[in-house]
Amino acid sequence: MHQLTLANISKALAAKQFSVRELTSHLLTRIEQLDPQLNSFITLSKDSALQQADAADELRSSGISAPLLGVPLAHKDLFCTEGVRTSCASKMLDNFVAPYTAAVVDNLNKAGCISLGKLNMDEFAMGSSGETSFYGASKNPWDTSRVPGGSSSGSAVAVAARLVPASTGSDSGGSIRQPAAFTGLTGIKPTYGRISRWGMTAYASSFDQAGFLAHTAEDCAMLLQATAGFDERDSTSAQQPVDNYAEALSQPLKGLRVGLPKEYFDSRLDSRIGDAVNSAIEQLKQLGATFVDISLPNLPHAVPAYYVIASAEASTNLARFDGVRYGYRCEDPKDLEDLYLRSRNEAFGEEVKRRIMIGTYALSTGYYDAYYLKAQKIRRLIKNDFDSAFKNVDLILGPTTPNLPWQLGSKVNDPVAAYLEDIYTVPANLAGIPGLSMPAGMIDGLPVGVQLLAPYFQEARLLQVAHQFQQHTDWHARTPAGF
Amino acid sequence: MALERCDVEKLAHLARLGLNDAQIGSSTASLNAVLDMINAMQAVNTDGIAPLANPLEANQRLRPDTVTESNHRDDYQALAPAVENGLYLVPKVID
Repeated sequence: MHQLTLANISKALAAKQFSVRELTSHLLTRIEQLDPQLNSFITLSKDSALQQADAADELRSSGISAPLLGVPLAHKDLFCTEGVRTSCASKMLDNFVAPYTAAVVDNLNKAGCISLGKLNMDEFAMGSSGETSFYGASKNPWDTSRVPGGSSSGSAVAVAARLVPASTGSDSGGSIRQPAAFTGLTGIKPTYGRISRWGMTAYASSFDQAGFLAHTAEDCAMLLQATAGFDERDSTSAQQPVDNYAEALSQPLKGLRVGLPKEYFDSRLDSRIGDAVNSAIEQLKQLGATFVDISLPNLPHAVPAYYVIASAEASTNLARFDGVRYGYRCEDPKDLEDLYLRSRNEAFGEEVKRRIMIGTYALSTGYYDAYYLKAQKIRRLIKNDFDSAFKNVDLILGPTTPNLPWQLGSKVNDPVAAYLEDIYTVPANLAGIPGLSMPAGMIDGLPVGVQLLAPYFQEARLLQVAHQFQQHTDWHARTPAGF
Repeated sequence: MALERCDVEKLAHLARLGLNDAQIGSSTASLNAVLDMINAMQAVNTDGIAPLANPLEANQRLRPDTVTESNHRDDYQALAPAVENGLYLVPKVID
């Protein structure tokens, strides 16, 4: 059962091949047996998952059917879940039981999904390796001495190890696409504003976007369909019609024009990943796509601009953690100032404090123009690059990451080296366009991801191209040994 | 321009992070490394370019000025480290 995609689980449940309870029990047992070596879950919701499973079985036996009814998922631990701890993988929120449920989780619950629990991540989504979690790093199931990527680390590991068929994640600078690439999954970051941010703990509010990690584009399409759309509770929610994603999947690729940005194929790129991307290009050519060389000249400035703006927003968003209203409070504060200073120093991890200080610096008197405003101007240059490119092409394709997953611990003391690994993913967040990573090869037993980028609100095109690719390849269907 | 220890002390205080001496030292080194990377953007010509704050260039949506929320005080205060009679408790501020 655990080898099935989400779409096939849906069909099997409709055909009564097994019950929701059987499936849920099976996955919970796998999690208890296998997750101690992977550390992908922070909180396992065993009892409530089984209750939800029985309720779904009852609905199905009474003749009610819906594609996601009884489908088990797990959620990144920055989505608020009423009555369940929502820690953001931080000591600050280790004791925080959310008083309401995030819009994306709520929509999935209403569609009939079952929640197996909450998934590990980089603390407050700040990191690209999963190693900044207060609960310890998650391990990559393809090689447990390596990182699974981040910040949606547990979301990637749990799906790759087939502990759960799909998961929610969030992507502010690549946090869905990069771990999807590192673990052999399909991961979609929709357009900024496509899925409501309500109830999703804010890191960098002008970048944060919820999305999904699953085995196939078809599975991502089902989850996006259930969650995309306007939400008046999120002031940046987009008022755009939602496409029929399932319908788009089967469209042929003939006539599709794809741009290959030369900046994505320069000396930064591991040439073996370049070879895998070229094989994917050949496959897509056979399916009718044509390729043209393009340029995104401001790409080299994306990482600096991203780390200025995201850190500035993080420093503002994380000011709410004051030890007064919720979260961690230090022992015996001698006065209010001491309460703030010690609660925050004791409960935030090193990377979170680093970004808060970078952001504080970028926003401080005398530096605002040189850092924050400058970065916002570069942000426009990057958006302009994409706008120009999409006048001539329907889609942009390149590698998701410049390198393969690295050894655990190898970049922990070199934040700049880790930040530079985000070079191919942050541009989409700066521009706000949708992106998808799909598995497209293996090197030395480690998965390789190809990234697709589309114009605003063209998620259907990303899913269509990935689905067509997956009809003719089997990279997405592989399972790491032992899982 | 590199940050000195005293700059990092000031930043930590602005951000209300009570770093100890050792943390100030290690933060100074790592913040300078990050700023070196970030400072590369100063070479980019952005003359005449307007800053972009929202990727969709959306303006803040407004709604009618009516009450939409119900009272959740008890739910929210149940999460607080210390409350009394419906009030959040903090150390004494004024002597």
